[in-house]
Amino acid sequence: MDVKVSRRQFFKITAGGMAGSSLAMLGYAPNALAGVRSFKLARTTEHRSTCPYCSVSCGMIMYTLGDKSKNVKPAIIHVEGDPDHPVNRGTLCPKGAGVLDMIHSPNRVKFPEVRAPGSNEWKRISWEEAINRIAKHMKDDRDKNFIEKNAAGTTVNRWNTLGFLASSAASNESGYIGVKTMRSMGVVALDTQARI
Amino acid sequence: MTNNWVDIKNTDLVLIMGGNAAEAHPCGFKWVTEAMQQRKAKLIVVDPRFTRSAAVADTYAPVRVGADIAFLGGVINYLLANNKFHEEYVKAYTDATFLTKEGFNFDNGVFSGYDDAKRTYNRATWGYQLGEDGFVKVDDAMQDARCVFQQMKKHYSRYTPELVEQVAGTPKDAFLKIAQQIGETSAPNKVMTILYALGWTQHTVGSQNIRTMAMIQLLLGNMGRPGGGVNALRGHANVQGITDMCAYSDTLPGYLGAPLDGDVDRAAYLKRLTGKPLRPNQMAFTQNFPKWHTSLMKAWWGDAANKDNDFAFEYLPKKDAAYDILHMFELMHQGKMHGFVCQGFNPLAALPNKKKLSAALAKLKFLVVADPLETETSEFWKNFGPLNDVDPKTIQTEVFRLPTTTFAEESGSFTNSSRVLQWKEKAADAPGEGKADSEIMARIFVKMREMYRKDGGKAPEPIVNLSWPYQVAEAPSPAEILREYSGRALVDLMTLPNPKDPTAKPTVAVPAGQLSSFAQLRDDGTTACGNWLYCGSWSPAGNLTARRDNSDPSGLGVYPNWGYSWPANRRILYNRAAADTKGNHWDATRKYLSWNGKTWSGVDVPDMRPTAAPEENVGPFIMNPEGVARLHAIGMADGPFPEHYEPFETPLGVNPLHPNNPKAVSNPAARVYKGDMETFGKAAEFPYAATTYRLTEHHHFWTKHAHSNAVTQPAPFIEIGDDLAKEKGFKNGQMVKVRSNRGEVRAALVVTKRMKGLKVNGKTVHTVGIPIHWGFKGVTQNGYLANALTPYVGDANSQTPEFKAFLVNIEKA
Repeated sequence: MDVKVSRRQFFKITAGGMAGSSLAMLGYAPNALAGVRSFKLARTTEHRSTCPYCSVSCGMIMYTLGDKSKNVKPAIIHVEGDPDHPVNRGTLCPKGAGVLDMIHSPNRVKFPEVRAPGSNEWKRISWEEAINRIAKHMKDDRDKNFIEKNAAGTTVNRWNTLGFLASSAASNESGYIGVKTMRSMGVVALDTQARI
Repeated sequence: MTNNWVDIKNTDLVLIMGGNAAEAHPCGFKWVTEAMQQRKAKLIVVDPRFTRSAAVADTYAPVRVGADIAFLGGVINYLLANNKFHEEYVKAYTDATFLTKEGFNFDNGVFSGYDDAKRTYNRATWGYQLGEDGFVKVDDAMQDARCVFQQMKKHYSRYTPELVEQVAGTPKDAFLKIAQQIGETSAPNKVMTILYALGWTQHTVGSQNIRTMAMIQLLLGNMGRPGGGVNALRGHANVQGITDMCAYSDTLPGYLGAPLDGDVDRAAYLKRLTGKPLRPNQMAFTQNFPKWHTSLMKAWWGDAANKDNDFAFEYLPKKDAAYDILHMFELMHQGKMHGFVCQGFNPLAALPNKKKLSAALAKLKFLVVADPLETETSEFWKNFGPLNDVDPKTIQTEVFRLPTTTFAEESGSFTNSSRVLQWKEKAADAPGEGKADSEIMARIFVKMREMYRKDGGKAPEPIVNLSWPYQVAEAPSPAEILREYSGRALVDLMTLPNPKDPTAKPTVAVPAGQLSSFAQLRDDGTTACGNWLYCGSWSPAGNLTARRDNSDPSGLGVYPNWGYSWPANRRILYNRAAADTKGNHWDATRKYLSWNGKTWSGVDVPDMRPTAAPEENVGPFIMNPEGVARLHAIGMADGPFPEHYEPFETPLGVNPLHPNNPKAVSNPAARVYKGDMETFGKAAEFPYAATTYRLTEHHHFWTKHAHSNAVTQPAPFIEIGDDLAKEKGFKNGQMVKVRSNRGEVRAALVVTKRMKGLKVNGKTVHTVGIPIHWGFKGVTQNGYLANALTPYVGDANSQTPEFKAFLVNIEKA
């Protein structure tokens, strides 16, 4: 018996249940099946990561597509639980399993923007302009409100008219740099999500 | 967590209270089911809602929102009245035998030393009696009326099973069944663990909720042992790490107390924070404070911090007030804060009383929001109809929004709630022009330094002298930063003089370079370390946070070579208490640490001087100057023994424990700002208890920006029990309006059998459940921010806002 089955027909048949699976078992798989499409992760690079949501901190493997050539922007195309991780052992919860959609959210902020006083819209600006304007604001306020000594004459080097909130979603390294720089400027009003 | 996630499998009994691990921490919760299957452990859930954790529990009991201390105080009373405590442990490892001061007392709901006008305690009468030798006086028999044990017994004798039912609404039978199960773990060969989260912290008695549980675990002898501990599950992947880095006003990295206005110089500051033993032979580990602090100053200011200038002590800002986030927004509201830098945080949604927050932000001169997502905070000035009803024209704040990377787009380490640092790798660039938070902070700093160098200004020295040794000044690499806070010897460290052999020639004890342990830190400026707790995480052997050896030789889930666990790669804190007073294992199925005649050894890094023989009686709680754990805690703002106080919005109007004292209805030491007391509602107008909570499909306010999460939970809702729905004539799915004295939320109603009215103090109290995840930005349907409802008041110790217990009314929308 010469049975020719196209890939589409094959899936129709297998969807039919027993009959289909018996056909496949008998060797009547479509000739082209193996060559139709390669495994989608075959050309990705794997990176180990940690789920950003709760503090179970499940191990994740990020699969990135893109060969690092100049005009290629690598993109994360798949995320899986890390089976080697002692805590989550490859599992992810409904939050973590959807993390790819957070990474690729249409609501990602992509460029520095400013909203002028009284305005109803954002205006895109360059990083250079953003940093210059922010630093100028900060220096003006610091120079105006910095308290060098208290009433008793003790040097207190305090700048308490600027507040800083550090992210609990940021790395230890970002947190350390945030604290180091802010404290050097005299900031005492700093806090983080741990408070709440 | 004092213990760790996998360690939950070693337990005999799991108590989940003040949390909902099955839904909020699903992949950690499976260690609970592992314990249930493999060790035949039992699971108890106590919660106002019949959660999915409750659904798989052996025992469930309801508790009224805000009445946890009534329940737990009842457990303490049960344990003491029925002799269900671990006597050897309690006598040797806690302060139960210590004598309290004669002047200490508790009368009609307040402790001695209360200042009504300031709403604070003078704590002079709290604490222990000291003998002439400077050590605490003790009564080993625990019979003296002033000893902590007797004081505690007296304090909790009021918390009878009947009182638990009256105040917490937990039926007496259900309470007793649970107390009895908990009491069984007082046997030396039984261990219980407790898992909690925001359900305990977000109360004006939040810290005391946790302390009450800690006291129970101490009485049962469950601290420091595999399968035991007090375990905070925690909410962000790096909430632990950022806490350890001390990105908050009270402390410097590694929980070093921040300098205060009154610290006139380095010597006064060090004296205030350096511990000395309160009992003979105790380690009083904070004796090392000068080493940690000096090493921090060297990491921050390098050569500019030296012996001649008090190691730049003057550079550090001195704090004159609380500057927690509620205080910051209060200052902002008063117009006293002009600039605000908000990194990966959405305070307009995450803090209480949206109306006040919005008004506060509108008073800022400038706001900088650095975030990967378009947060509500960044668009607080924009009109979104009833969801954010503001007029942009009237808001004069200049707002900058900077794009940042997500976790996947930068390398670095996160510290999980088990204190394990784990390194992750960058997997792609951020879209558009997103930058890492570290780079953004570095760019701002470098720009300001340039301006101070060029133009001068107020106190430029701490800025221009800040140590900034990074290869690319505007983008320090995560590896460089980790090496810096892990710490290094700046020169070869020589052996210290040996008093037994003064003529011995010093030799090199530690060569210059990365350090392997905080034990190597010095206070003479020869070591630099940005966070002593993390010292050794990048040792001479390299980046230990990146280790991926998942072997577990003991089978107890220790994983000693996976990542790096602070402190000193220790996986269970206080683990000296895993052995009895003679140094033997408490039970054969969990052999963790024991005395082998010469040293402490076992499957984990000992939390004890390795050579301290058991007969030296060195206590396991080495960070406390007394060496033992505190049942009587002088450090608390609101009392050395936890007491039940009503939420600031109470459905009862009185504290049933102190019905005649209006000052003791709610926490007498909680801070309330002028004008906020008036915003608290009364039960006559707002008759229902309300609580906020989270869903398994969403994470705070992030996942509403993610498509798949939006598909699974697309729209906001309000949950009530079917008994209340019947009483009000409400139907499942209809739109309702929930109002507090501060604002309103409209959403569809979900009627379930998960929440029931509880009989409390002679009346039925119903609870309204408010999931928090929606807002006016996102790919979900938009919704009201739940904090339109919540009160602006925090815990007396931590200032964590009271999101879990307030009052509302519910009407047809």
